Amino acid sequence: MATTTAPPTVINAKLNGQDIQTKPGTLLINLTKELGIEVPAFCYYEGFTLQAACRMCLVQVNNSPKLLPGCTTMVTEGMVIETESPLVVEARKSMLEFLLVNHPLDCPVCDKGGECELQDMVFKYGAGESRFVDIKHHEPERAFSPVVYYDPARCILCYRCVRVCDEGYGVNALGVINRGVHSEIAPNLGDQLNCDECGACIDICPVGALTSNTYRYKTRPWELKHVGTTCAHCSNGCKTTLGVRNDEIMRANNRDSSGLNEEFLCIKGRFGFDFNHHAERLQSPLMRIDGQLQPVSWSKALSAVAAKFLEVKAAGGKFGVIGSNRTSNEENYYLQKFARHGLGTNNIDHARTGDVVTLVDALSGKQGKLATMADLYQSKAALVIGSDLSQQHPLLAYELRRNWRHHQARIYAMTPGPVREDKYAAMKARVPAGQEIAALEGWRDQLAKEGELLILFGDSVKGEAVRQLVDFGESLGIPVKYVALVDYANSRGAIDMGLTPELLPGFVPSQKPGLTMPDMLDGADLDVLWIVGANPLERRSLTGKRPFLVVQDLFLTGTASEADVVFPAASAYEKKGTVTNVTGEVQRLSAAVKTMGAKADLEIFGLLGKEMGLDLGIWTADAVFAEIRQNVRAYNVTMPILASGGAAPTTPVNGRVNVEMRPDLIQSAGDTLFTSGSMTKYSQVLNSVPERPGQLYKPV
Amino acid sequence: MFNQPSPHEVKILTRCFGVENSHRIDASLAHQGYDGLKKAIEMGADAVINEVKASALRGRGGAGFPTGLKWSFIPRTSPKPKYIVCNADESEPGTCKDRLLIQNDPHSLIEGIAIAGFTMNSNKGYIYVRGEYRYLIAILETAIAEAYQHNFLGKNIQGTGWDFDLYVHSGAGAYECGEESALLNSLEGKRGTPRLKPPFPATHGLYQSPTLVNNVESFCAVTHIIRDGAAEFAKHGPEKSGGTRLMCISGHVQRPGVYEMPLSTTLPFLMNEVAGGLRPGRTLKAVQPGGSSSPILLPEECNVGLDFDSLAKAGTMAGSGGIVVLDDTADIVSYALRIISFYQHESCGWCIPCREGTTWLKKILERLDRGEGSMKDVDLVGELAKNMFGRTFCALGDAAAWPTGSIVKKFRGEFETKLAAHQAKQVSAELVMIG
Repeated sequence: MATTTAPPTVINAKLNGQDIQTKPGTLLINLTKELGIEVPAFCYYEGFTLQAACRMCLVQVNNSPKLLPGCTTMVTEGMVIETESPLVVEARKSMLEFLLVNHPLDCPVCDKGGECELQDMVFKYGAGESRFVDIKHHEPERAFSPVVYYDPARCILCYRCVRVCDEGYGVNALGVINRGVHSEIAPNLGDQLNCDECGACIDICPVGALTSNTYRYKTRPWELKHVGTTCAHCSNGCKTTLGVRNDEIMRANNRDSSGLNEEFLCIKGRFGFDFNHHAERLQSPLMRIDGQLQPVSWSKALSAVAAKFLEVKAAGGKFGVIGSNRTSNEENYYLQKFARHGLGTNNIDHARTGDVVTLVDALSGKQGKLATMADLYQSKAALVIGSDLSQQHPLLAYELRRNWRHHQARIYAMTPGPVREDKYAAMKARVPAGQEIAALEGWRDQLAKEGELLILFGDSVKGEAVRQLVDFGESLGIPVKYVALVDYANSRGAIDMGLTPELLPGFVPSQKPGLTMPDMLDGADLDVLWIVGANPLERRSLTGKRPFLVVQDLFLTGTASEADVVFPAASAYEKKGTVTNVTGEVQRLSAAVKTMGAKADLEIFGLLGKEMGLDLGIWTADAVFAEIRQNVRAYNVTMPILASGGAAPTTPVNGRVNVEMRPDLIQSAGDTLFTSGSMTKYSQVLNSVPERPGQLYKPV
Repeated sequence: MFNQPSPHEVKILTRCFGVENSHRIDASLAHQGYDGLKKAIEMGADAVINEVKASALRGRGGAGFPTGLKWSFIPRTSPKPKYIVCNADESEPGTCKDRLLIQNDPHSLIEGIAIAGFTMNSNKGYIYVRGEYRYLIAILETAIAEAYQHNFLGKNIQGTGWDFDLYVHSGAGAYECGEESALLNSLEGKRGTPRLKPPFPATHGLYQSPTLVNNVESFCAVTHIIRDGAAEFAKHGPEKSGGTRLMCISGHVQRPGVYEMPLSTTLPFLMNEVAGGLRPGRTLKAVQPGGSSSPILLPEECNVGLDFDSLAKAGTMAGSGGIVVLDDTADIVSYALRIISFYQHESCGWCIPCREGTTWLKKILERLDRGEGSMKDVDLVGELAKNMFGRTFCALGDAAAWPTGSIVKKFRGEFETKLAAHQAKQVSAELVMIG
């Protein structure tokens, strides 16, 4: 007669002589990791398919002479595990000896030296000498792309790169060719990679088989100062750790797996920092003298601009301020304060890329409806509307894909063209921009069956459509969270800090809304137009009376070329401050390097204000952020998280945002993985890859 | 065929060998072809499995797992499709029997697969044929077409309402694809590297569905077992190794070839009575009884039965039934090099110890074969083989390490002699130069 017993909730076992307890379904290698005992492994990598191919993790179980791989063995009741028995020690030593048969002694010239997992393991577990005296098998190095180089001799064939590219990024650009000792990693199509050039394969490689062509032979890791900061490009807010030597950024990665993104970075985050030291970086203020922009001193430029501003202010003239999607929260807050209190104008705007405002208004009175990055990985279902997520929001796409892989999350894709999510979407549809709300009705029943839903929408859903979308979501009868997708590193912060004519910081309506950006550029008859970190005149000219144009930027852009005065600005990697990502999480910027002659925008505002005799407050990032925390709705964030490099969620704003907002102002920049506005024009690495400029909704 | 039949043979699987056009269905039908399938349909699935169990048939591909027990593992009522896969990737050095069965009696193979298909509620079967057996594919496809025509394959077979389609799939020259999980990966269009087990193919095989994988000879044996009854087959071997097997004997014997012998046969009987013994004036040096993967036997160890358990007890294995005989003219060092070269070439490269270990062993043995080296190298071979054994991802590593280790252990003296001779030659060459 069969009796059924409830499954156990606790497993008892013995590890190295100690009694331990763990949950059912725990892998041996994770149990030891939890307890701080190292079981070395190459091919095991958390989050990706288990392999047991490298055989480094062999341990002794139940006194059997046949060793078992710790990475695929589940801990069972009463199991006796030895990770340091003589047999295990000998097995590890011999496994490393086998590996070093063909692995070349390249350490003196290999980029990975000093941070190489094989080096570490040989030191810890290997023999001091090799007994191999024959000739090693060797193949020459190969260039897979302008960025990714592969050395077959060094490769230990752990297949981490293949898995991260296929499972992690959904690109599947790498595979394995040949057999036995001739096995090599190779591009799946042809002999050159056709991929995102993200470099994840390089960073996940435990040895120096895959190396970065932008970094090779330049330095040693212990010569670098590692500075954690937030990537300057898209709105997802990946943490990137810059390796700096002698005031030069040598590389960027996130190998310590910290931040929202863990080990994820795209090409922009990992390689797109080199715009920072482009030769054309502005290093001196410029002033138009005799029709030509000439370098002048800071004092001359500042006093000229201050004089002009005071003159216009005294005469009751019209100011216009166009802010940036990329400047920090502190800079945005200070700028709008300068405009409103210092210059007495509400004519302040920026290039808006997503309709956060209508979303916040539509969600008024509801709690917990704005998603954070964690929701991307945990939500049981997600609906993507009008965005080629892998191109435009690569971290969001990565988290969704991980969610699908690990939790079988159900993904719905409603986009104007094919997207990478199609491959594993529960439902997908091609719907032109503007017709999504109608099309969603056809998915109502299916979506209502989900336990919960996360809705992400791009710029094709704006204004009234956002309200209709929220009505739709709320009518499903399940918990729904939303993300309004915006484009750049601080697009969200620009709105939160009131770089808008109709809103003050914290979504407080202005009593007297000012001019929008298009209005400022067309027949506004402004006396002064101050453009900070934006490039609206790259492809079009101002119409109407020509104002006194002051521009702050990194490069002499199309807009800066039209200016009367240009101030050289510092980049995101050169200043302290905070930025807010697309999911409303605040992260800090750290100053990693300095470019001679450039100043942070905040400092320029402060100096200009001082020159004008204004009292706008101290212009250090810390002081301004303290004021933000006091005065701006939603920004009373937890300081310890922020200070330690984490992401502090803004508390969602709750209440009607009574504004007259023009949805036609919302337009996404339509960047791909290989472009990021004018900044990436100056990135040599991004310009070197054949995949640039890339294409959204690329047909398969 | 390679050889004249021996009067000592018990010709069950090879009963039609030599009959004109034995590969065509007319010849097969004239010799009770497909009677086994009809009987299986009559008996029903449970009875079929019991009959295979009772026959004590052990897998003929090399592992010798009890076939009836394997058949009982398939979850026949699973909602997933069930697959029958015939492993015709015969690549074990010394083994050349499956090719003869396909060439001379393909219908007995098709019948055995169909019996399995019926028993497992399967609708699809695949014969994975080694790529080098290109010439056999045409024979198989003709036979399969004939079987379709006669309603032994296809829709509503023999009026049962059961459909079964059978396909031939060609390999592309990889020994590792004879490993069942690597075979399944290859069949799915992936690289021929093995899979993690558990789960096993019985539950998660082809396309992660329940799959029965058996060797060619195993399926053929089933045909005869079902048609004539388990006892009729089992009686030819000891209790746990029933029936006959096609034994392939090669090397320094006078009548090398393939002989279908009872599993109660002993090695001396096969070597001497059946294969004609050694050439005149020669003495026995060594025997590998189970293909190149089996530990080598010294002459004094050769008085052993050829069934699975006797050979296992003797510290070696029956494997795929390829017996290689070496006399005193054989250079054991060269033989060891030949064996390890095979495994090094065939190593799929998935795991470190096999990929690097076989390469290293080959390089050392190349040197030793040239006489360059010392006894320390011989000791090193033994140690490396020990470090590989049991630690690789699949059995190919064991197949490389086990025989190699046994050779350097049991024939240490020969290595010593060869190295000393080469050293002496070097010394005398130097003396000539000086002198």
